[in-house]
Parts: sequence; structure tokens; C-alpha cells
Amino acid sequence: MRKLLAAAAVALAALSAPAFAEGPKVKLLDVKFSFEGPFGTYDYKAVQRGFQVYKEVCAACHSLSLVAYRNLRDIGLSEAAVKAIAAEVQIRDLNDAGEMAERPGRPADRFRAPFANEAAARAANNGAYPPDLSLMVKARLDGARYLYSLMLGYEDYAKLTDAQKKELKLAADFKLQPNMQFNKYFPGFQIAMVKPLNDGQIAYNEEATTAGIKNDLPQLAKDLTHFLAWASEPKMEERKRTGVKAVIFLLILSGLFYAVKRKVWADVH
Amino acid sequence: MASTQGGPPAFNNAVVRWIDKRLPIFTFMHHEYGVFPTPRNFNYWWSFGGIAMVMLIIMIVTGIVLAMNYTPHIDFAHDSVQRIHRDVNHGWLVQYLHMNGASFFFIAVFIHIFRGLYYGSYKNPRELLWILGVTILLLMMATAFMGYVLPWGQMSFWGATVITNLFSAIPVIGPDIVTFLWGGFSVDNPTLNRFFSLHFVLPFVIVGVVVLHVAAMHVAGSNNPLGIDPKGPQDTLPFSPYYVTKDGFSLLAFLTIFAIFVFFAPDFFGEPDNYIKANPLVTPPHIVPEWYFLPFYAILRAVPDKLGGVLAMFGAIAVLYILPWLDTARVRSARFRPIYKWFFWVLVLDCFILGYCGANPPEGYFVPLSQVATLYYFFHFLILLPVLGKLERPLPLPNSIAESVLKKSAI
Repeated sequence: MRKLLAAAAVALAALSAPAFAEGPKVKLLDVKFSFEGPFGTYDYKAVQRGFQVYKEVCAACHSLSLVAYRNLRDIGLSEAAVKAIAAEVQIRDLNDAGEMAERPGRPADRFRAPFANEAAARAANNGAYPPDLSLMVKARLDGARYLYSLMLGYEDYAKLTDAQKKELKLAADFKLQPNMQFNKYFPGFQIAMVKPLNDGQIAYNEEATTAGIKNDLPQLAKDLTHFLAWASEPKMEERKRTGVKAVIFLLILSGLFYAVKRKVWADVH
Repeated sequence: MASTQGGPPAFNNAVVRWIDKRLPIFTFMHHEYGVFPTPRNFNYWWSFGGIAMVMLIIMIVTGIVLAMNYTPHIDFAHDSVQRIHRDVNHGWLVQYLHMNGASFFFIAVFIHIFRGLYYGSYKNPRELLWILGVTILLLMMATAFMGYVLPWGQMSFWGATVITNLFSAIPVIGPDIVTFLWGGFSVDNPTLNRFFSLHFVLPFVIVGVVVLHVAAMHVAGSNNPLGIDPKGPQDTLPFSPYYVTKDGFSLLAFLTIFAIFVFFAPDFFGEPDNYIKANPLVTPPHIVPEWYFLPFYAILRAVPDKLGGVLAMFGAIAVLYILPWLDTARVRSARFRPIYKWFFWVLVLDCFILGYCGANPPEGYFVPLSQVATLYYFFHFLILLPVLGKLERPLPLPNSIAESVLKKSAI
């Protein structure tokens, strides 16, 4: 019976694999993150650096509507720091006279969106809509690796050799549309977002630089991905910690029940 | 040791005696779950009915808690599920239990159904028991489909659009039925609201049918791996403690596997696209239903005609309703049916092939493959089973359950 169950499990896994194996045809870059695997945890120093990248670069166009400033306490920022970060932005809210007015942000506010609405966002971005990043890592297949690869995947289309085009299996009639960039990891290879990150773009603080953290493109992309992975599932560590306890509990209880079952059944076999 | 005799049990507790005299719930529990004579030769495949029942309870309890925190409105539904994850105490746990619980409920029920197919549990005198079971499956499918719409992600929206549109294939009144289902002219806020309402209430209808299903089982008695009726007390054991401990063990083993997915791979059965808020203007490249619908989805797409596909898909369930009369063999258990035994496994394989086809886009070799697999599915039920029952020569049945069990342990 056990063999059958195992076979069924394997068959089920094999069956469901194709349903999840879609997405970009180009193999994603091989990069390891500390939060992967059943016991992986976030590296909060990396999450903090990633937050800096988001704040200084991505936040110009992308909202992060599910994350509140108070959540930054969870990545290791002090209460004073969170208050200061929230106070940097102006939030539209009703004032005491009942009129819409701007006030400094508070920790309880969610991250302020860069545009008032989708139409405003499209108007400012050649008609393209920068998506909300709150769930980006969960909303793409192999999301963390995909985001990292996307950051590194920009190429100058004019300089692509025929061999490279062939390797990417570009359609013969492929044409880069106006205002579009070539990115080998984006489905369809054309992305409206200009290359967002470049070597040395962010000045990390002294703590990071003395620890030997570089600010080249792969490092910036990796830190940003780390931050967005945290943003997409801030309760991941709690989930895994609880899981270890729950599974150990269930295993022990299963073992106990098996022993009881054996004892009860001993006289009828 | 519990007694296997009938008659009212003697309760020591005065309160229990007082209540039982006026409403004999304790006597009922004693008869139906305490001393209930259960065939002594169940294997672990018989645990999955009880496991499915526990999964139903888990789904209802987690679902009620989710409903307390969920907002059934197209503008807020997607974010409200995330708020449950982020801001409700242990909301992530409740939501992941519910989301993966659906898959594990179906796993338990599918195993339960195939166990019934293998051991002929649908045959006289258990036809009605089987029909109630198929009804539970149908209700579960409706409930699961509507539940998947509630997070209002891309797959929720497009899955709802594709499946509700199936009804437009019905001649003459089809388009009106679709408008009625939607509560408008497209999948929109009224659709989400009515699906939420129905998704909340249908599980309680399932509970009702489960009660009938279990009641019918307690009248006819359980089938068993030999498929022969118990002939006396030597063939049975009281449900408690024998099957309480045995089912308890298999339930815990099942829940352990469930927990591994909930805590370490909660998105394994899901689609990344459902973490994108529904957008009626953007169609995902591949619309796939949840895995438990894939074989039916493959049957739907295997038929080139829309109405034909819909009929075939519902027909795949309908044949299960008449299965007790399609199978002409008198012997229940496949253990004594040397040919049927093989065809059972071919059917299992066929269902996996259908699932594989359903997961892939309908192009290339998947089209003929799903057509052959669909034909085989109906061939198995409509032609093979009636004919095989007449032609097959079953192996000799053992005289009694006890004889068979004791012979095995003597070896």
C-alpha cells in the first residue's frame, strides 16, 4: 500500500508539473537566496538594503500598496527610523475641516503610491502601467529568480548578434516597438520599463560597505529581490517555524496512535 | 472490552442516563460508533472516508473564520485575502489551511472513490450509498469552483468566465442562464457576491448529504476488501477501539502530509497568476483550472463541439450515477475478478492521462491523446463493465471473512 501511495504521489507531482512549468522560455539566472528551502530565513540586512533600493529607485513609479510603514519594524528598523521614513511622504487625507489635504505620513499608513490612479500612472509612463510590487515575487513563476534575472536581463537590441537571437528563439519578424526595451527574461522580450538599476547607482551606508557589500548591479538586484520577497510574504518565517512544530507534533502523535493500534489489534490478528 | 451485543448499554453517569432516557443520543453513539460491527479485514484504503469527513470539518471551520475577515467586493476581495495573511492573527495559517485543504479534501475523496471502484462498493445493496457519494462529489466541485473565484485573482476571474460560459452551450435558453448566473452581462461584482453566498452555504448542504451517506452505510453495513458479507460476529469487530485507533493513525499520517504542504509549500497547488488582481482586460496566456478539475477539463476540450464537450464533461459524472447498473458482475471485490483488476488500473492511468492533457494547452499531440483518453473513459463504464461482468470468470470466493483473515495470519 505504501508503494502505491508513493507511486500516486510521484504521479501527481509529474502530472501537475506541466501546469506550473510555463513562463519565460529563457532559463533564469542561477542565484541563491537565504529564504529558499523549508528552513530558509530572510537576511534582514539584505532586506533593509533592498528597501533602500526600492525607496530610491522603484518607488518613483511602482506602488507597494500592501505594505505599511509600521511593517518596516519587522525588518529591523527602529521605531524612530520608521516614523522618520513615514514622515518623509505627504499623504492625502481629510483634514479637520473635512477637506482633502496633505499631511505627513504616519507609521500606520500604507506605502504612498507614486500616482493617484492607473490613468495618471499611464499618462506619466508612455501608456504603460507600472504594476504594484507587493506580491510580485509570488505572482511570477520562480518569482525571486525571475525578478533578479529581469534586472540583469537588459540588452542593447541593436547590438545582439544573430547567434544570440537564434539562441533566444526570437521570431523572424521580431521588431522592438518604440519606447520599449529589450529584456531577454521578459515574456515577449519587450518591456516598457527602462533599465532601472545600474552599477553603483545606490550608495549603501557605512555598515554595508565596511562589511564588504558592493553596490554593483547583481548585488543591488539581489537585495531588491530580497526586500520584495519579504514584502510578498512577511509571515514566511513564522509559517516555517510553526510548521516545524506542527509536523513534529503530528509525527509523534501518529507514532503514538500506531503503537496504540498495534496493541489494540494484537489479540485479533 | 466493548461488548458486541446490541441492547441499550448501561451508563454509569446519572446525567448521561437522564439525558439518554429522554433523547437516546448516547445509545445511538454507542450502537453506531462504539460497538458497531465492522468487518475485521479493512485495509488502510478504508480510512479515507473518515479522512474526507475530517477535511470537510477543517474546511468549514477555517472557512467560517475566513468569512469573518473577507470582503466580497471586486475592489477589495484580492487585498482582503492579503490583509488576512498580514494583519489577522494567524490569518496566513487559516488561509493556507483552507486553500490547501481543498486539494487534500479532493485527494481523500478521489482515493475514497477509487477504493469503491476497486472493491465494488457500489453494488447491491449499496447503490443508494454510492449515489449519495457521487452527489457529494458534485456538490464539492461546485463549492470548490466558487471558492476559487473568491480571492479575485486572474485565474479566479478567468476560470469563472470560462466555466460559467459553458452553460451558454445549452440550446435556446443557454445565454439567459449565463446572464442569470452572472447577475449581469459579465463576471462582475454581483457574480462575486452570489458565489460568496453559495460558497458559504453549500458546505452545509454537503454536511447534510454526508449524514445521509453515512446513515445509508450504517444500514447496509460497510463493504470490505473481500466483498463478501459478514456471516456472524466472528467476521466483525466493534468500531471502537479497533477502527478508532486504525483510522486515527491513518488520519494523523494524512494530516502530517497535509501540514508539510501547508507550512512548507503552500503555493504548490496554486497558480502564480492568482496573486495578480483580476483584470477583465488582460487574459492570462493559459487558463487552467485547479488540478482536481483537470481530467474533466480535458474531457470538455477533447470534444470539438462546445455543447458536445459540456455534455461529455457532465456525462463523466453522470456515468458514475448509473454505475451500479452498468457493472453486471455479481462479485464485488476486484481481488476475485482477474480481468477487471487490470482494467481498473488502466482506468486509473486513463484519469492521470486526462489530467495531464487538461494541464497542457490543447495543441499538438495533446488533442488526439485527450480524445483517446476520453473515449476510453466512457468505454470503460458504458461498454467494458457491462460486457466484462458477463464474460469474466471470477475466482472462488472464500467462505467467510474470519476464515480468510485467520488463514493469512497462519502463513
